[in-house]
Amino acid sequence: MIPAPFAYARPTTVDEALQAIADGGEDVKILAGGQSLIPVMRLRLAAPETVVDLDRVDELRGVREDGDALVIGAMTTHADVLHDPLIGQYAPLIAQATETVADRQVRRRGTFGGALAHADPAGDLPSVALALDAEFVIAGPNGRRTVPAADFFVDYLTTALEEGELLVEIRVPKLAGQWGMRYEKFNRVAQAWSIVAVAAAVRREDGHIAEARIGLTNMGPTPLRARATEAALAGAEASAEAIAAAARSAAEGTSPSSDLNGQADYREHLAQVLTRRAVSAAAGL
Amino acid sequence: MTSINVRVDGASYSDDVEPRTLLVHYLREQLGKVGTVVGCDTSNCGACTVHLDGQAVKSCTVLAVQADGREVTTIEGLAGGGAPDAALHPVQKAFHEMHGLQCGFCTPGMIMASIDLLNENPSPSETEIREGIEGNLCRCTGYQNIVRAVQQAAGELSGSAGGQA
Amino acid sequence: MTVTEEPQAASGTDTAPQKEIGQARRRKEDARLITGRTTWTDNMVLPGMLHMAVLRSPVAHGRITALDVTAAKEAPNVVAVYTGRDLAEEQGSIPCAWPVTPDMVNPGHPSIAVDQVNHVGEAVAIVIGRSRSAAADALELIDVDYEPLPVVLDMEEAIAEGAPLVHDSTESNRSYHFVFDAGEAGTGSDTEQAFADAEVVVSRRFVQQRLIPAFMEPRSVVVQPQGDNYTMWSATQIPHILRVMAAMVTGIPEHKLRVVAPDVGGGFGGKLQVNPEEILALLVARRLGKPIKWTETRSESLMTAHHGRDQIQYVDVAADREGNVKGLRVRLLADMGAYLRLITPGVPALGAFMFPGIYKFGAYRFECDGIFTNKVPTDAYRGAGRPEATFAVERIMDELAVELGMDPLELRRKNWINADEFPFTTVAGLAYDSGDYETATQEALRLLGYDELREEQRRRRESNDPVQLGIGFSTFTEMCGLAPSRVLGSLSFGAGGWEHASIRMLPTGKVEVVTGSTPHGQGHETAWSQLVADSLGVPFEDVEVLHGDTAIASRGLDTYGSRSLVVGGSAVVKAADKVIAKARKIAAHLLEASEDDLEFSGGKFSVRGTPGASLGIQEIALAIFAAHDYPEGIEPSIDAEATFDPENFSFPHGTHICAMEVDTETGFVKIRKYACVDDVGTIVNPLIVEGQVHGGLAQGIAQALYEEAVYDADGNLTTGTFVDYLLPSAADLPHFDTGNTVHEAPGNPIGAKGVGEAGCIASTPAVVNAALDAVRHLGVADIRMPLTPERVWRAVHAGGDGGDRAPDRTNAQAVDSAQAPAAGSQGGVQ
Repeated sequence: MIPAPFAYARPTTVDEALQAIADGGEDVKILAGGQSLIPVMRLRLAAPETVVDLDRVDELRGVREDGDALVIGAMTTHADVLHDPLIGQYAPLIAQATETVADRQVRRRGTFGGALAHADPAGDLPSVALALDAEFVIAGPNGRRTVPAADFFVDYLTTALEEGELLVEIRVPKLAGQWGMRYEKFNRVAQAWSIVAVAAAVRREDGHIAEARIGLTNMGPTPLRARATEAALAGAEASAEAIAAAARSAAEGTSPSSDLNGQADYREHLAQVLTRRAVSAAAGL
Repeated sequence: MTSINVRVDGASYSDDVEPRTLLVHYLREQLGKVGTVVGCDTSNCGACTVHLDGQAVKSCTVLAVQADGREVTTIEGLAGGGAPDAALHPVQKAFHEMHGLQCGFCTPGMIMASIDLLNENPSPSETEIREGIEGNLCRCTGYQNIVRAVQQAAGELSGSAGGQA
Repeated sequence: MTVTEEPQAASGTDTAPQKEIGQARRRKEDARLITGRTTWTDNMVLPGMLHMAVLRSPVAHGRITALDVTAAKEAPNVVAVYTGRDLAEEQGSIPCAWPVTPDMVNPGHPSIAVDQVNHVGEAVAIVIGRSRSAAADALELIDVDYEPLPVVLDMEEAIAEGAPLVHDSTESNRSYHFVFDAGEAGTGSDTEQAFADAEVVVSRRFVQQRLIPAFMEPRSVVVQPQGDNYTMWSATQIPHILRVMAAMVTGIPEHKLRVVAPDVGGGFGGKLQVNPEEILALLVARRLGKPIKWTETRSESLMTAHHGRDQIQYVDVAADREGNVKGLRVRLLADMGAYLRLITPGVPALGAFMFPGIYKFGAYRFECDGIFTNKVPTDAYRGAGRPEATFAVERIMDELAVELGMDPLELRRKNWINADEFPFTTVAGLAYDSGDYETATQEALRLLGYDELREEQRRRRESNDPVQLGIGFSTFTEMCGLAPSRVLGSLSFGAGGWEHASIRMLPTGKVEVVTGSTPHGQGHETAWSQLVADSLGVPFEDVEVLHGDTAIASRGLDTYGSRSLVVGGSAVVKAADKVIAKARKIAAHLLEASEDDLEFSGGKFSVRGTPGASLGIQEIALAIFAAHDYPEGIEPSIDAEATFDPENFSFPHGTHICAMEVDTETGFVKIRKYACVDDVGTIVNPLIVEGQVHGGLAQGIAQALYEEAVYDADGNLTTGTFVDYLLPSAADLPHFDTGNTVHEAPGNPIGAKGVGEAGCIASTPAVVNAALDAVRHLGVADIRMPLTPERVWRAVHAGGDGGDRAPDRTNAQAVDSAQAPAAGSQGGVQ
């Protein structure tokens, strides 16, 4: 099908984009890669008055270093993230998860910032951003502000982005020390969204797990951290038994939905199994 | 209406389009490039795959205005610009040789995605091929002969200097 | 016997006569398909063409109490808007060609709802606009009020006492009750007695979930009115049947209606239909005098194009302790959906004869209720009745083997028809033509590497590996080559099963073959060229195959039921024989020889005993075009036509073996290896045969593992896009190891048995049997299809069948998730 008619703006700078959003009327949609928005518009589940297309805002593309952080432009495509050497070096978890996003063509258009701002709890990148304690730089009419990942994801498809604001970049702390990472995705067919997935980053020291960060995909209306498991792993022996024991609490505090692909209790079970597998792999076991 | 200038299969086009016009509809309905088809409305099937500035995209999930100033290659632009007697692209030839198609509806998109895969990875394993075309659905072939076709084309392309779209 | 793993190319350059049949010819069709120079219906643009968009009901069951199209009519670039009331007098009813019983209830099927809607997606208004988008935009301006009626979704509830009715005009939701009883038919002994005498009875309830054919090319139709003539281009499998039916429905005289199926992008039974939108486009074109185009979106297609399967099967098998099967009893509930479409009621009836499979049952009784629900109608989907039957028998044989403690393959061997017993008349009254189940099985075991995998299975069990391995069999046969016309008549089908072909010898010696069979991916242009090249001794390249246009191919019954080569190809061969017979008279005349002294070989007539005296059939074509010199008393033409009506079905068979890994921690299943050996009779083109098997396997495996059309409690299709209706991609399917044995079909001149449906019919039970074999030792008795990870996990976790043995009350739920361990559960995980 064809989207309903809309007014179209194609800014080339962030300032122009903010102006276009301000001028766009009641119902403005920001078009990043469009790989979720355009299908929804084709099905006429969304019919915005104005679409502000960030495709030509070049300053939003690319990955750079800024001291202890990687800075990923919101309009950096998944394909560019996948091949970026800085990501490969400092945040391979992002690359691993990105590789599982949809398919080759979608990754050519879809963007890192777009996927995060869309905040689909079944999306792969929100839980990764959460696990890595990423920060979200948001531009608005009154300047820029930075929101930690823990505060960025507010509810189902809802973020801390206010009307008139724009996600411009994501700052990912470079992790110091010996980190291992693993994104463990569980879905029914290659293209499908995650039923559950687990993003794990583990720092090992002297045969022990010094620190573990675990993000859960699709275990609630927002991405979640498996805090109880993280706590149990901190200082634990890097053994299969210790990890298995810690992973049993992976679903604590989650509130997964029940749908076509799984009832809540099944998702809770998967979270435990996948957490065990992801942490084990990240810990090099 | 928005004015756009696009190069498609080597020719320049200048048109007015509604912003909501999808690239695939622009190609089919305004340019008559009906070799590229629409198979779904959720960006799952990949039948509409074309190259935008040399990279495979699903043209049902790109607006025509987004192609402004860019270069599009469709299945019709692969074989020497589409002249009836032009030589086939090695991937087209391999699909024929290996019986990588039956009804042929998914084929243009499948070929465009396969070329994109081979541009990035000239000698993919069977698993890499299967994952590389995961965004293209085929209901006829069970994919096995498509995989064979991509393998054969990879061999031919790596043996030659170029010829890629 | 041959095994074709890597078909070789025909060289095509030898000058010596080379048999075309059996060559892996590359397809003629490909040239346009790989370059995008195609003629899909949606490509069609005609001057003044208007676009139709359809407003569809969002409610599953309701009365239309108000319908306001005023705003839509005034929208820019809208030419007309029609409702059911506007078209009520002229729309007739979508035809049902298969009244399976004399008292079958058919409430009629309007193309557009008039007062009441009976499924989500039913048309309630149509907008005709100057562009696709103008028509689509105006749909949003139409206001409809519905008074909701109780929604009927579950088949068993639908036929319970006091159930709400889908159709007010009927007395119940039962459309028909169809019975085949072998005892009464004289093809078997008394079934009740067989069960009364049995030492062992195993009873199971299987669910054939609802599937969506999901051809890749969405349906599309263009109608061009020219005076009182109409041309309809449609993405259809059945231009000939569509023409007859559309003429009967609309009153447009048949000879004023031409139907063309141009390039058609797959069908799988899903385009074996007379669609409401085809009728509506015709009616609107007649009213407006302008060309009308309608092309569906994928969402419309999944929601409104007919679905397939959707049966509940109660299956009982009777046997003795030694494993000799005695009797089979099947009670079927078949979901018709809201209406009867072209062959909706006939699909389960077609399956009725295949439940005994390849086994020598002494007694058999089949009963089926066709039931109305508030869902889109079901109809043909690849295999149509036979996959359901094959699934039931191949699953129950495994269940019987478990009950008896026998190896499932040994049980099959003990009961299948032996190679020296053909032809064999089954308890269902079918005369199986030829085959050798043992040889196919041996070859399949070899391809699979059976012994090694069994050993690995043992190791994984012993080590309590979280990933268990299972091996599943399906030793199947099917009835193909639909069909002997008299048999169809005896089954109350509304048409025959013959096929027609004609051959036109052009002056330059080139050959036009006109076939009534209408391809949509099967490769007729290539295979028919091979047939004719061999028959007439002309080069493969000199043959052009024409099809899919009622103005060109005047007679035909189209493509479905693995019939094209068996019936349509045979008609081509028969027509070629007639060409040769006619040419023989001319040759005798021109060579001044007696007809009896002529030999025809390699495209040439030669005079026996007179070296050098010969005349090619292509030369005769030119001679008879000039017609300067030909015998008295005959017509100056060697063109010919033939209609072939088979006397029996053909019965391809094969052995399919699946090795499956089951992750008992997550329920994820993965095919480790798949091997199959099919006997499809004579192989005209091994490349095409192999491709058909691959594609069929993909669809059969997808039924087992991925696909299901799910409705919610309100009758909305939850799986309404490809996001939720899961077609497997290349990354989700394994490599297939395929092979063939060849036992020619005696019932047609080619010896072919049909291959289009084989993979789809055979694979589903092999896959499910394999998954169960992997986890049976954990107490799992059954898992409902598709084998979602959740269902598998629940089955392993809870034992029994994962909670799906309870009567299927949860059809309308998103997921069947009853968690109580089923009765008969053999305990949980260790």
